[in-house]
Amino acid sequence: MADILDMRGITKRFGPVTALRDVSLTVRTGEIHALVGENGAGKSTLMKVLSGVYPAGSYEGSIRYDGQERQFRGINDTEALGIIIIHQELALIPLLSIAENIFLSNPPSRFGVIDRDAVHMRTVALLAKVGLQESPDTLVTDIGVGKQQLVEIAKALSKRVRLLILDEPTASLNERDSAALLDLLVEFRAQGISSILISHKLNEVTKVADRVTVLRDGRTIETVDCRTAPIEEDHIIRRMVDRDLDSRFPDHAPQIGEEVFRVEGWTVDHPQHPGRQVVRGVDFHVRRGEIVGIAGLMGAGRTEFAMSVFGQSYGRDVRGRAFIDGKPVDLSTVPRAIAAGLAYVTEDRKHLGLILGEDIRKNVTLANLGGVSSSTVIDDMRELAVADDYRGRMRIRCSSVYQESGNLSGGNQQKVVLSKWLFSDPEVLILDEPTRGIDVGAKYEIYQIINALADAGKGVIVISSEMPELLGLCDRICVMNEGSFVGEFPRESASQEKIMRSIMRKGEQP
Amino acid sequence: MSDVTVTPIARPGQRGFIKANLRQYGMLLSLFAIMLFFEVATNGTLLRPLNLTNLVLQNSYIAIMALGMLLVIVTGHIDLSVGSVAGFIGALAAVMMVQYQMPFVPAAILCLVAGGLIGAAQGYWVAYFKIPAFIVTLAGMLVFRGLMLAVLSGQSVGPFPVAFQRLSSGFLPDLSEVGGFRWSSMLLGVLLALALVAVNVRNRRRREQHGVEAEPFGFFVAKNLLMLAAICGLTYLIVSHRGLPNVLVIMAVLIALYAFVTTRTTVGRQIYAVGGNEKAAKLSGIGTERLTFLTFVNMGVLAALAGLIFAARLNTATPKAGVGFELDTIAACFIGGASAYGGVGQVTGAIIGAFIMGVMNNGMSILGIGIDYQQVIKGLVLLGAVCADVYNQKR
Repeated sequence: MADILDMRGITKRFGPVTALRDVSLTVRTGEIHALVGENGAGKSTLMKVLSGVYPAGSYEGSIRYDGQERQFRGINDTEALGIIIIHQELALIPLLSIAENIFLSNPPSRFGVIDRDAVHMRTVALLAKVGLQESPDTLVTDIGVGKQQLVEIAKALSKRVRLLILDEPTASLNERDSAALLDLLVEFRAQGISSILISHKLNEVTKVADRVTVLRDGRTIETVDCRTAPIEEDHIIRRMVDRDLDSRFPDHAPQIGEEVFRVEGWTVDHPQHPGRQVVRGVDFHVRRGEIVGIAGLMGAGRTEFAMSVFGQSYGRDVRGRAFIDGKPVDLSTVPRAIAAGLAYVTEDRKHLGLILGEDIRKNVTLANLGGVSSSTVIDDMRELAVADDYRGRMRIRCSSVYQESGNLSGGNQQKVVLSKWLFSDPEVLILDEPTRGIDVGAKYEIYQIINALADAGKGVIVISSEMPELLGLCDRICVMNEGSFVGEFPRESASQEKIMRSIMRKGEQP
Repeated sequence: MSDVTVTPIARPGQRGFIKANLRQYGMLLSLFAIMLFFEVATNGTLLRPLNLTNLVLQNSYIAIMALGMLLVIVTGHIDLSVGSVAGFIGALAAVMMVQYQMPFVPAAILCLVAGGLIGAAQGYWVAYFKIPAFIVTLAGMLVFRGLMLAVLSGQSVGPFPVAFQRLSSGFLPDLSEVGGFRWSSMLLGVLLALALVAVNVRNRRRREQHGVEAEPFGFFVAKNLLMLAAICGLTYLIVSHRGLPNVLVIMAVLIALYAFVTTRTTVGRQIYAVGGNEKAAKLSGIGTERLTFLTFVNMGVLAALAGLIFAARLNTATPKAGVGFELDTIAACFIGGASAYGGVGQVTGAIIGAFIMGVMNNGMSILGIGIDYQQVIKGLVLLGAVCADVYNQKR
């Protein structure tokens, strides 16, 4: 097989910082090439060099594509040659239809007038190719993230893609949608379309990739061929972080005490569609020192359940009773939920968790300003000491607590959000996808923090779409499906197969 | 906990420090540069005691409204109605005091309450119904302009009682006028300057104790000496005309109050949080709707105060009062470094912005530049200031 892409000796500097150092990457025609590395290893920078976001001349090294030396001046050059990149944050316009999004930049037209019939027909054909059963006229905002991802791919196909670059495509997808997406890549491979897959999920990488390139600190570490011999995840992880992880989950012996939090008959309606129940009569409890996981597919109602518990931040007509330490509590507003001892670490830390323009210090104290002020006047030195204390304890890597939180890596941002909620001194923490988009090393640290919280006698609830994470971390796993809790497994008897079966066959008890 | 030392932050050195804080001091430098330019261009007319006093009187109402507007802009909104509200309240005051002979104090209090109610009426729709502030206050701009014309029946109403005129044209009575110089007023200015220096020294000590002082010592000394000299010098010039204007005292107290509230209190912090990321603020237990509502109430009260001061200055309520105030006020905030996206902006910046506009108005008028080109130049300065700010942030 010939190489479709050969990047050699790529070095990219940003001022004094060298982001890429002599990086090489070759992709063969019709292969799925995985690119792995910790956050900040240089994956995204490399892809921006390849896709022309950083034009020729702003980096050193050479790019051969399709047998020719190339000097890309911009993204138009690369798209014309069939190099299409799909970013983690999707670039779709929510209030336009699927068809309008697909043909946004180059609609079939005659004398500048868009040929609607051609758009419709070609969209139908493209959607069939990616296996998406939606009308071309459906608005993008009305379909889930998984389907939006497929629309992006259909859009790439409309541009006659030859090299498809996917940046963390499955980060916000559930297992089923992820599997469908990966199957699609395999299908493309058969048609001769090459793919570069950037992913933190190693099980996906080992499942579909032909070769894996590991980047660390802006250098190419190794390219492994997965076709000749099956690769071990542990080996890749070792190469990524250059240290042995005895286990991806820290050891933990739970000390489970009294029940701290309970909800009964919790029912929530959809905010826009009254009468449509998103959470249906959930009974749920967590004990002190216990880590309870909530498994389920995207859209199962897990986040909606958590947010409705946390001060009715989601939904309308929230019904049901809540108890802390056996006493009924009022959770109708966020301040009341916080006062009752709840904390909710959101799955969307950029939009719902942090004030990105403010420094670490101000973010840490935001939910408990009373703790650093006397009669509403903030004691700036006490605030500084608090923030610095959390910086040390949580090992937030930053120049100082005055650093803007928007400039931190994902893992460090998550630690800032966790610090904020720890400083509010809750009894019960709800962590929604606490390790999404975070590299392996930082994940381990977050797990340690979660274990320490449980050991301090808090009740911890973890919502996660990564089953190994739930199995490795939680003392008890509940399964949610279509708004109801459909299964519950203690740690000893839980397994991926059992949980998946429970999700698939709703209502079946273990 | 206060004796805990924290990790010292990197000391970038004198030059690095100035570079990093260019944004903060850049505006002040621009104001000085503009003043220097007009001082030279007008052959020293700009800083004559009479002109300086007029400069303060002419810009006080814009500066006062800029305090409220800054909070509105920081929460991510805008208020286009403040000019109309100021005019309407001036008219209301005229009707109460001139036509119904109501005494000054109750009338003024009623006017401020009315301003608060107007702010509440507009803030309610913005905060709780999520109607864009641009639309709500555009409506308010029309409504209160119309109500003002109705209240005045299209006529100018005046003159006001003397007690009310003092609000704008009065000066602080001096206790010890010796040899034609008002020593106690001067002393007030010097004491204010010394108090500011004392606060700076205390804060620096505290930061040093915790090992987090980044400002080079030489820079700190120079900054404080300059500030001391500037305040004493300007006080001397103003005092040597007719004393400290009452309006200046009101303005200084308000500036100090708002600077303290925005930088040092939990409410101030929460306002910036709402503007920085409303959803995150809400999920952190901050009453975002209530805060937004209150910033509009506050804006209404300050617009009312500005309306009273303006009416007292003209000694009459005219149907043209307050036209275009909203634009000067908003421009002051943006020149002063506030972000149109919310979450960013400082009280001191907005005040400096107001006086940059004021000095330019005043200086260009002295130079005899027509009102036509004055507007062109002001518009370009606004655009230039914001462009420079955006450019600085991108670097």
